[in-house]
Amino acid sequence: MSSNKENEKNKDLMEREDKLKAKEVTGHEAVVKNYQSQTEIQSRPGDVKPKDLDIKKIEPAKRKSQWAEVWKRLIKNKAAIAGMIVILILLLTAIFADFIAPYGYETQFLDNTRTAPNADNWFGTDNFGRDIFSRVVYGSRISIQVGFIAVGVAMVVGGILGSISGYYSGRIDNVIMRLMDVLLAIPGILLAIAIAAALGPGLVNVMIAVGIASIPRYARIVRASVLSLRDQEFVEAAKAVGANDFRIITKYILPNCMAPIIVQGTLGVAEAILSAAGLSFIGLGIQPPIPEWGAMLSTARIYIRDAWWMAIFPGLAIMFTIFGLNLLGDGLRDALDPRLKG
Amino acid sequence: MLKYIGRRILLLLPVLIGVSFIVFTLMYITPGDPAAMQLGEQATETQILQLREQMGLDDPFIVQYGRFAKGVFTELDFGRSYRTNALVFNELLTRFPTTLTLAATGVLVAVFIGIPVGIISATKQYSLFDNAAMMFALIGVSIPNFFQGLVAILIFSVWAGWFPSSGYSTPMHMILPALTIGTSSAAMITRMTRSSMLEVIRQDYIRTARAKGQKESKVINQHALKNALIPVVTVIGLQFGYLLGGAVLTETVFSINGIGLLMVNSIKMRDLPMVQGGVLFIALTFSLVNLFVDILYGFIDPRIKAQYK
Repeated sequence: MSSNKENEKNKDLMEREDKLKAKEVTGHEAVVKNYQSQTEIQSRPGDVKPKDLDIKKIEPAKRKSQWAEVWKRLIKNKAAIAGMIVILILLLTAIFADFIAPYGYETQFLDNTRTAPNADNWFGTDNFGRDIFSRVVYGSRISIQVGFIAVGVAMVVGGILGSISGYYSGRIDNVIMRLMDVLLAIPGILLAIAIAAALGPGLVNVMIAVGIASIPRYARIVRASVLSLRDQEFVEAAKAVGANDFRIITKYILPNCMAPIIVQGTLGVAEAILSAAGLSFIGLGIQPPIPEWGAMLSTARIYIRDAWWMAIFPGLAIMFTIFGLNLLGDGLRDALDPRLKG
Repeated sequence: MLKYIGRRILLLLPVLIGVSFIVFTLMYITPGDPAAMQLGEQATETQILQLREQMGLDDPFIVQYGRFAKGVFTELDFGRSYRTNALVFNELLTRFPTTLTLAATGVLVAVFIGIPVGIISATKQYSLFDNAAMMFALIGVSIPNFFQGLVAILIFSVWAGWFPSSGYSTPMHMILPALTIGTSSAAMITRMTRSSMLEVIRQDYIRTARAKGQKESKVINQHALKNALIPVVTVIGLQFGYLLGGAVLTETVFSINGIGLLMVNSIKMRDLPMVQGGVLFIALTFSLVNLFVDILYGFIDPRIKAQYK
């Protein structure tokens, strides 16, 4: 009896051990299987996945360009679409200004000064009897030019300085960055004012003034991006195959840090337009009779009491332009770097 | 901490010297002969030459800059106005309180609107309030302050007659300019507070605070806000400097006799020492504000303090 009992006990124990072992095996096997299937999936897309393992989420990366992805995310964003529409309207207005504007921007009707908006003059007329609608329409050309060229200047100069600074580091980085610190120590609009005061008023000078004032921002962004990419393996590989520094920076590093540059560029155009309008508003920028929106506001200030339309329409034009660019800039930021989305 | 403050002050010096160099260079390349400008149209050639020598205008550029920098940094001598011959520093100093008050009231407006709205927006993310606040913030960033100022004058002083449209003598005079100059900063601070708050309230320690049964208002106001405000403080500091620059436009709109308007008028009259002094003065204030913010940052963010122990 007792031996029977002992036998049963032993049997029980052995069975239990076996079960445990079996469990271990399954556990171990599962891990191995899981690992294998994951690596298989990564290396050979399209393989059949075991159903009991929850690895459905791991899918092979689709071969699709990064920009197509960005575009897909961007067009899903309603605000960004609204921004794009505003910018598109602005661009079309600038291109087809000659067809849209009913009058020339300089055409004066001296018997028709400061008339309120009506069927002939949708936005009213100014102190020289010029049609404000036509002037606002032509003004889009000036603002777009100033915005894009100023940002272009800032981007190129800032980009070069930032690339050199980030790529070579050491003393040259120190010199460039301290110079940027100095420029940043002067509030942007004030620096633009000081530069415009030195250069004198005029379209080109405004672009230069606004452009120079925003160089430090691009230099800093590009430097930070270059620093983060400089030691990556693909750059090392490029060095190993004998690419020179210029080629490494322009072909390998810069294309990979376009995201923050594009975002800053879009928002930068908005700021440039704003600064240029501000300069013109205080009489340092674009001079009459060129229909710059800020300059129009400057004149309107004198007549604000009896001709509100002279101020409202150019002001709204600036506002909508900046609004559109900001919407697009925010949308681009979210699309280019989804992690940044608040 | 003292080491940190000392380091920051030492870093400020080269920046200020650099700023003075840039400002001096800009004014140096400005076309026009300062001596001729000072003497007026009737001056003879000999008179101009004499004054040029007296002013040291024939010296090499670097000598002239050295003289200017020495004057600025050792005796706060910013030169004399070409037009009135008054000391630039004194002129700036008498107008500085106005500009400073304008910028400070702007910052107050921005903080009192921006922080509460940002917090509510973050705690009620994607609600109607949040969407409306974000829309207003975007408009606030997009509206040029000189245009906003004109609209404010039109609506509140021309049409409604509630506020005076120019000057800066009584509190009533200060309301419209303060709202005008503060709007874009308010928008900026709202956006910053919201995103910073959103980041913080997703962290584990907030979940812990909620899990232990803390009231939601306490979780937000005591646990989350402290950390969420750290980046906001920097933005406020930067905005203050930005407003000092923006004051140029706001002062022009409301005809406020501050440094900004003085500079605009001086530029029109080619009174270079005044322009030079104005830019330098504001840059100096801006740098000091930034220094103050950096030091404050060290106090409120223990991680920074720890670096310098």
